[in-house]
Amino acid sequence: MLPALAVAALTGCNTVLLNPSGDVAVQQGHLLVVSTVLMLLIIVPVIVLTLVFAWRYRQSNSEAVYAPDWDHSIQLELVIWAAPLLIIIALGAVTWISTHTLDPYRPLSRVDTERGIPAEGQPLTVEAVALDWKWLFVYPDQGIAVVNELAAPVDVPLHFRISAESVMNSFFIPALAGQIYAMPGMETQLYAVINHSGQYEGFSANYSGAGFSGMHFRFHGMSSGDFDRWVQTAKESGNELNRQTYRVLRQPSDREPVHRYAVVATDLYDAILNRCVDPGTICIRDMVPTSAHRERD
Amino acid sequence: MPVGLDLPQLIFGRLTWEAIPLHEPILLWTFAGVALGAVAVLAALTYYRAWGVLWRDWITSIDHKKIGVMYVVLGIVMLLRGFSDAIMMRAQQAIAFGDAAGYLPPHHYDQIFTAHGVIMVLFVAMPLVTGLMNFVVPLQIGARDVAFPFLNNFSFWMTAFGAALVMLSLFVGEFARTGWLAYPPLSELAYSPDVGVDYYIWSLQVAGVGTVLSGVNLIATIVKLRAPGMTLMRMPVFTWTALCTNVLIVVAFPVLTASLALLALDRYVGTHFFTNDAGGNAMMYINLIWIWGHPEVYILVLPVFGVFSEVVSTFCGKRLFGYASMVYATVVITILSYLVWLHHFFTMGAGASVNSFFGIATMVISIPTGAKVFNWLFTMYRGRIRFEVPMLWTIGFMVTFVIGGMTGVLLAVPPADFVLHNSLFLVAHFHNVIIGGVLFGAMAGISYWFPKVFGYRLDPFWGKCSFWFWLSGFYFAFMPLYALGLMGVTRRLSHFDDSSLQIWFQVAALGAVLILLGIASFLVQLVVSFVRRESLRDVTGDLWNGRTLEWSTASPPPLYNYAFTPQVHASDAWHDMKQHGYVRPLDGFVPIHMPKNTGAGFILAMISTVCAFALIWHMWPLVAVSFVALIVAAIIHTFDYERDYYIPAEEVARIEGERTRWLSAHG
Repeated sequence: MLPALAVAALTGCNTVLLNPSGDVAVQQGHLLVVSTVLMLLIIVPVIVLTLVFAWRYRQSNSEAVYAPDWDHSIQLELVIWAAPLLIIIALGAVTWISTHTLDPYRPLSRVDTERGIPAEGQPLTVEAVALDWKWLFVYPDQGIAVVNELAAPVDVPLHFRISAESVMNSFFIPALAGQIYAMPGMETQLYAVINHSGQYEGFSANYSGAGFSGMHFRFHGMSSGDFDRWVQTAKESGNELNRQTYRVLRQPSDREPVHRYAVVATDLYDAILNRCVDPGTICIRDMVPTSAHRERD
Repeated sequence: MPVGLDLPQLIFGRLTWEAIPLHEPILLWTFAGVALGAVAVLAALTYYRAWGVLWRDWITSIDHKKIGVMYVVLGIVMLLRGFSDAIMMRAQQAIAFGDAAGYLPPHHYDQIFTAHGVIMVLFVAMPLVTGLMNFVVPLQIGARDVAFPFLNNFSFWMTAFGAALVMLSLFVGEFARTGWLAYPPLSELAYSPDVGVDYYIWSLQVAGVGTVLSGVNLIATIVKLRAPGMTLMRMPVFTWTALCTNVLIVVAFPVLTASLALLALDRYVGTHFFTNDAGGNAMMYINLIWIWGHPEVYILVLPVFGVFSEVVSTFCGKRLFGYASMVYATVVITILSYLVWLHHFFTMGAGASVNSFFGIATMVISIPTGAKVFNWLFTMYRGRIRFEVPMLWTIGFMVTFVIGGMTGVLLAVPPADFVLHNSLFLVAHFHNVIIGGVLFGAMAGISYWFPKVFGYRLDPFWGKCSFWFWLSGFYFAFMPLYALGLMGVTRRLSHFDDSSLQIWFQVAALGAVLILLGIASFLVQLVVSFVRRESLRDVTGDLWNGRTLEWSTASPPPLYNYAFTPQVHASDAWHDMKQHGYVRPLDGFVPIHMPKNTGAGFILAMISTVCAFALIWHMWPLVAVSFVALIVAAIIHTFDYERDYYIPAEEVARIEGERTRWLSAHG
C-alpha cells in the first residue's frame, strides 16, 4: 500500500510530470499512473507475501507447517507464470496503442480532451537547435529567432524540428511534452500543444559537457495577443541572424542571457542541419549520391 | 640529432608536469592519503616478510579459490573509490543551489559521475560477481579447479590492472568527462581532446580482455568439469546462472571491445565512424554500446539471482521451489537480454513500431523474472527460516528489487520514457536494481560463503548493522530521486536554480551517509571477525547445513578441493548425500594432478598496462617496445613445459587425516 500512498501523495506535490499543462504531457502523465497501478496489482501482493511468509515461517514458530521436500506444484507454477503474463499482455496492449498515438512525429489529433484540431490554420513551426550550451529557437513563419527563450500561444498545435550544432542534447519541456534527442546532422520532430498560459522550465536532458547544468530556458505559454507582442519585441531588436552572426553565437558559452533576432536568414536552419554553415563546406544532403535518393523514394 | 626532433616529447608524448594535479587541493590530499596508505602497506609487507608469501601464494596463484578472493578484494577496494565519488556528488547536489556554486566545478563533477559509473559497474559489481563465480562454481560442480587455471590468473590481473589505470587517472592526467558510456560526438577528439577518454578506452579494453577470457574459462569449466552424475538439470542454480552469465559475457563483451576500438580509431588515426562529419554517425556507437550494455546488466544480476536461490533454500531448510522453472527462467532472460537494447534510447526518434517492439520485449523479461521472485517466495512457504545475515539480505532484496522492477517496466513504456528518460527517476531505478539486486546479492554471497573461504564465519552483529544501514540508506538516498524525477529533474546536473528542490537532495545525501555507515560496518565486521575467528570457527565445513557440494569439503577447502571426486545422484547433491548416510572416505588416497603457479599472467597484464598507458599519452616508442615485449613474453610463456605436478598420495592422506582428527576432536 505504501507505494500507492506515495503515488497519491506525489500527485499533489509539484510533480510536473503528473500535473503538466500540455495535452501530450497530460496523456503521458496519465500513462504513468495507469501503468503503475497495473503493476501494483502484482507488486503489492508479492511484497506483502514476502513479509508474511518471512514472519510466519520463522524458525522459532514451531506451529507453522514445515514441508522440507515440497518443491513443486503444477497449479502454483501455472499461476506464477500466468499472473505476470496477464499483466504484461495488458500493459503491452497499452504500450502498443500509446506508443503509436503519442509518437512525437505524429501530428496532433486534438488540442485537449474536449477539443479537436481546428480545421483552418497550420501548426506553429519552431526550429530548435542545441548549441554549446544554449538553445536557439527559430520561428521560420514569423522570421524571428530567440536564444534561451521560447513562447507559444495556448491551444495552438506546435511543430518542433530539432537538431544540434556540436554534441547530442535532448529537448525537454516537462510541462509540455516528452523529450526527444537533438543530434548534430540529424533532425528529430515533436508535435505538442500548451493548454495553459504560464512560465515553464525547459532544458537539455542529455549531458553535453561543461556548461550542461546551465543549459535551460523559459517556455512561455501565452494568449495569441501576447504572443504577437512577444514576436514584435523580437522584431524590434534590430539584430540579424545570418551565417556570420551564427558562427559567433555557436561559440561555447555558459548561461547565455536571452537575446532576440529580428531577421533570420531563411536557409540558416537547413544549413545547420546539413552542417554547411561554414563557407566551402559541402552540405550532407549533397554528399549522398543521387542513386541513394532514388532508392529511398 | 635531426633538427626539429623533440626528444622529451618523443619519449613522454603528451605527458608533462602539467598533467600532475599539484594545483588541485582535493586531489593532492587524496593522493597524500593514498600514498601514505601505500607506504604503510609496503612497510607492513616488508616488516612481516610477506613479500615472498604475497608473490608465491597470491599474485602467481592459479588456485581458483585464491583468485576468487582477490576478485572480491578488488571489488571491495574499488567500492570505496566508487562510493567516495558518490558521496561527493550527493554533497555537491545538496548544496549547489541558487548563488551557491558548490565545491565541485563542472570539470571535476563531470569526471566524478563518469568515474563513478565506470567503476561501480566494471570494477566493483563485475569483480564481486566474478569472484563469487570463481570461488564457488568449481566447488559446486565437484571440480579441482577451473578448466584453464593459468588463464584465470591472467584474466584477474587484466581486470585488476584495468582498475589500476582508472585509479592512475586521478593523479596523472584526468578521467573522461563524458558519462559512463562515453557517447560520441562528445567523446570524440573534437570535443574531448584530453587524455580522459583515452584512459576510459584503454582501461576498459585491458579489463575487457580479462572479462572475456574469464567467461570462456568458466563456460568450459561448467561444461566439461562437472562431477560424474551431475547432469545439467542437477546443477545447483548458482552454477546455472553462472553458465548463462558467462555465455552473456562471451557474446556481449566483444561488442564493447569493437565499439571502443572504433572510437579509438576515430581518436587516434582520424577515421569517421562516429564523428559529426564525413559520414560518421554517433547513433551507431550508441546502438553498439548498448548491445553490450544491456546484456551487461544481466551479467551482473543473473549470478546474484543464483546466490539468492542458494541462500533461500539453505536458510529455509527446504528444496528450492520450482527448480526447473528457475532454470528455464534464467535461460529465457539470457536470450531476451539481447533483444531490448534500444529501450535505452527510445528518445532517439525511432518509429512507433520499433519503439513498441523494444518496449514490449523489455516487459516480457519481467515475466521470467517475476516467476523467479515467486519461486523464492514459495521456497519460504512452509520452510523453517533462519534469519542469518545472508537471509536478511535476501528478504531485503525481494522487497526492494520488485520496486526497481516495477519502475523498470514503467520506463519500458516508450511514451512514459519520453518524460522519464535521463531523469533522476531513471537514476533511482537503476540504483534500485543494482544496489537492491547486485549489491545485496554480493553481500549475501560474501556472508554466505565467507566461512567456506576462510574457515570462520563473519560476525553476525556487525553484519546486521551493515544490512540495516545499507537498506535504510538505500531508501533514503533513492526514494527522493524517484520523486525528483517526477518533478522533471534531469541527471548529471552540478547546479540547480530552484531552491524548493534542495530538501530532497539533502535527504538523499543523508541516505548516502547511512550507506557509508553500512560500508563502515562491513569493514568493522571483517576486522572483528578476524579477531574473534576462533569463536566463529566453522568446524565441520557445513556451517549452514548446506545443500550443495561445496559444503561437503573442509572450510577452507584443501588445495585440491576434493580428495575424491564426488558422485552425484540428485540435485542438491550434498543434501542427498547426507540423507543417504554419506561417510567420508579415510583411506585409499591417490596422487592428485594439479597445475603449478606461474607469474606469467601478472607479467603479461603488467606489460599490457604499460602499453595502454603509453597509448593514452602518445608515447609511441614505448607503445612499440611494450607491444613487442607483450608478444615476446607470451611466446616465452608457451615454452614453459613445467606447468603441472602431482600432490603425492601421502600428502593427501596427511591433509585428510588432519581433518579427520580435527572433526573427531570437535565432534
